[in-house]
Amino acid sequence: MNQNTFSYEARGQVLVIHLPKELDHHNCRNLRYETDLLLSENYVSRIIFDFSRTEFMDSSGIGVLLNRYKQMAGSGGSVAIYGVGSQVHRILTVGGLSRLVPCFESKEAALTD
Amino acid sequence: MEMIGKEMEVKTNEPKSSACEQKPEHDRIRLEMDSLSKNEEFARVVIAVFMSRMNPTLEEMDDVKTAISEAVTNAIIHGYGNQVGTVYIEAEICGEELTVSISDQGVGIQNLKKAMEPMYTSDESGERSGMGFSFMEAFMDSLEVESQPGKGTTVRMKKRIGG
Repeated sequence: MNQNTFSYEARGQVLVIHLPKELDHHNCRNLRYETDLLLSENYVSRIIFDFSRTEFMDSSGIGVLLNRYKQMAGSGGSVAIYGVGSQVHRILTVGGLSRLVPCFESKEAALTD
Repeated sequence: MEMIGKEMEVKTNEPKSSACEQKPEHDRIRLEMDSLSKNEEFARVVIAVFMSRMNPTLEEMDDVKTAISEAVTNAIIHGYGNQVGTVYIEAEICGEELTVSISDQGVGIQNLKKAMEPMYTSDESGERSGMGFSFMEAFMDSLEVESQPGKGTTVRMKKRIGG
């Protein structure tokens, strides 16, 4: 699997997005287009972001998460994340995202919530 | 990496008068690169390697990398509006203090006060958080921004490492 691309996994109405190693402006460029396409073609009630490969994130990642959160909240859906490491945790906290989006230990936990 | 050589130039220890220059722990690098988004990672890795001689903690290293990423991204997206220009990065170690300057010769910032407000973004796609300057402030000890419309922007950040 390419470390610098997103991969998507559909589980019923849940869309799991596996994030790349570095989540910056460069790597975020395609995410909006790709997820918009997926969301328009499938009924998705929950998006789960997998950070387990992600070692670095900046405010570009916050922008993407915030946008998805607003989008899902607007349609009555939800967003969750799992696999967060120390750098990402710091960014989520400073960016105020940890108050909005629940964080789980594993994919299974995020799926069964 | 494919990008080295053609698009980058790394210069070390160019003469410059500074109060710190005479000290043995003084050290400086300059980097010029095309304003391509793929160079964002390159810039933060170069500075991370440069500062590693200060024996930073992992957290200090992550903080600096985040701040660099924010400033370089701003230069690429806002300074040059995704057109190709040159981003200039200078890093200096003076004892336990790291100074990093990131400059562009892009459009400059019309209203600096507004641009630095948390959550403010001029981007209309909804994908940008507007937290770039807030992150630079949060993760570094000091932040100075100089900008002239039509001339460009320089961001200067300092952080004390291991002190």
